Amino acid sequence: MSPTTYAKALNTALRDALTEDPDVLVLGEDVGALGGVFRITDGLTRDFGEDRCVDTPLAEAGIAGFAVGLAMQGFRPVVEMQFDAFGYPAFEQVVSHIAKMRNRTRSALPMPITIRIPYAGGIGGVEHHCDSSEGYYVHTPGLHVVTPATPADAYSLLREAIASDDPVVFMEPKSQYYAKAELELPTRTEPIGQAAVRREGADVTLVTYGPQVAAALKAAEVAAAEEDWDVEVVDLRSLVPFDDATVEASVRKTGRAVVLAEAQGFAGMGAEIAARVQERCFHSLAAPVLRVTGLDIPYPPPKLEHTHLPGIDRILDTIARLQWDDEPDLTHAPQEVSA
Amino acid sequence: MSDITELLPCPEPVQLLAADGSAVDPGEQARARGYAMPAPEDLLAVWRGMVVGRRFDAQATALTKQGRLAVYPSSRGQDACQVAPVLALDEQDWLFPTYRDSMALVTHGIDPVEVLTLLRGDWHCGYDPRATRTAPQCTPLATQAVHAAGAAHGLTRRGTDGIALCLIGDGATSEGDFHEGLNFAAVFEAPAVFLVQNNKYAISVPLAKQTKAPALAYKGVGYGVRSEQVDGNDPAAMLAVMREAYAHARSGHGPVLVEAHTYRMEAHTNADDATRYRTADEVDEWTGQDPIVRLQAYLVQQGHLDDHRIQEVRDEADDLAADLRTRMNAEPTVEPLELFDHVYDRPTPQLLEQREMVRSELDSHVTQQEMESAR
Repeated sequence: MSPTTYAKALNTALRDALTEDPDVLVLGEDVGALGGVFRITDGLTRDFGEDRCVDTPLAEAGIAGFAVGLAMQGFRPVVEMQFDAFGYPAFEQVVSHIAKMRNRTRSALPMPITIRIPYAGGIGGVEHHCDSSEGYYVHTPGLHVVTPATPADAYSLLREAIASDDPVVFMEPKSQYYAKAELELPTRTEPIGQAAVRREGADVTLVTYGPQVAAALKAAEVAAAEEDWDVEVVDLRSLVPFDDATVEASVRKTGRAVVLAEAQGFAGMGAEIAARVQERCFHSLAAPVLRVTGLDIPYPPPKLEHTHLPGIDRILDTIARLQWDDEPDLTHAPQEVSA
Repeated sequence: MSDITELLPCPEPVQLLAADGSAVDPGEQARARGYAMPAPEDLLAVWRGMVVGRRFDAQATALTKQGRLAVYPSSRGQDACQVAPVLALDEQDWLFPTYRDSMALVTHGIDPVEVLTLLRGDWHCGYDPRATRTAPQCTPLATQAVHAAGAAHGLTRRGTDGIALCLIGDGATSEGDFHEGLNFAAVFEAPAVFLVQNNKYAISVPLAKQTKAPALAYKGVGYGVRSEQVDGNDPAAMLAVMREAYAHARSGHGPVLVEAHTYRMEAHTNADDATRYRTADEVDEWTGQDPIVRLQAYLVQQGHLDDHRIQEVRDEADDLAADLRTRMNAEPTVEPLELFDHVYDRPTPQLLEQREMVRSELDSHVTQQEMESAR
């Protein structure tokens, strides 16, 4: 075992996919000699040739649409949008073609395209470099949307995304690129569509994903040390398909739920999670499902981003509002809770 | 960098047949590019395709008036642009059509009922794109330009000499994807041919409000794309120019942009009122440019076509229309549960729940009907 960064895990996943399947192509801006602005494609052009790891013109709709044409010829394009907000020019191609082509053609033309998007903030980025854009993609039928929070998931989910016959929007939290884990690659974790319980707890479920998983785990440690709350942390990993079963089992066990998302809260992924939890676990809940999200503002300038980002204090303050004086009705809890 | 004179279109739209059907000299640059009068059998095939295609188009318009189609965008008047480029394709080539290119799809050999599935409304794309090597008809504007560039590049990567033909309208040349498609195709030297059917209107907006370019064909030059303009109502010139464009792309010289100057004789669709934005005089003027009349006159003059053959092809076209009428008058069956079959390779748990809800609604509906009929 050796310490492996999230970025290195992604690079290795791309490398292994290129090695194993000649139909896999990597396309994007600066993915060639430079190795991408975050170095995720480092060395791929050198080792696989500029024919397999391809620098494209600087036009995101063009990149996405070009991938559609290649997918029609049986290729598996992996395209990189350099930053979240720079993916917006490709929106029409993603939503109207990549997402819908299988449906329009009664499955005759599937779109095995992976769209990698470095997203979210916490890195001191200037405007248009820190958006949490997942809400636009999860709202679009036909797309899978995944967001790994650990180096092992970064590798495993990317391999699975590339092998998928459906388009996958692969959202990489930039703040986690240099997170490390003891890891041997290749590795395989839970499949797309399955959430993971990152920390077991008895009192409250913190449902989160992507860049906020690390914050959730830190908050859980503080909560245990200072408040005597035993927080369970569920990392969704996959936003579409959504793992209702794991979330539901956890909330039925703890009786309280907080949804944590970095994105602005209004009508976002966090709202969907909160709605699903109350629809499914109403009688197990001792308190309303609360959300901790980014503010409903355009992503702030670097010196103000700490005000916007859900931090440990805001998470703990929210947990504190879960009506702790009332006892939850746990008679609806599952008979056996898997470890 | 290419020599710019190699990229520039001919100064005037290439013409081989005048409106009265007489052969004309296309000019020095056109001759140098190899545009010559095609062989009689090729022209006869284009003529036949146009007669059948126009009959199909008229039948589809009639079906719309009868309520069988939700809407139909006619391509009458653009018949030469619809037929000659498609007939010149090879078997391994791919076609990227828009909603106005139904006639081109019928010419391509796709079952007319499958062509009209989109507009009848029982599914989106009615034909199998892989089997027919034809992308779904594109209703978002110009997005198919980048698909064609990618597909053309893919055909080359696969080691074939296939090309991609992208059909596009004059209005869509204002869209960003048109430019990105041209640029990507050029940078990757992809064998894509972009045919702009400049029918003078984007629904109601005339070309003058769309561009200040001297001709749309000049838009290729900035991308290093070989460009050409042609009289889109001259079937002989259309065939000659497209063949040369395909040969250029197929031989690894990169994409070609062709602008065909033509005219949309009908309104945008049956739901449009063209009298609000163009004059009857203008339409009359273009009636005199009819591509079928023009080619038929030439073929008759040259002794390649007689009344007997003309009648034969008209009968063939009527038969196709009658068959289409009969089949389109049968109410299509739709299966609500199929809505869940093609969203993903495997439906998500959430879709399975919704499918179950719809299934039970359908079951209870059937039970209710059975009870009512039992009474």
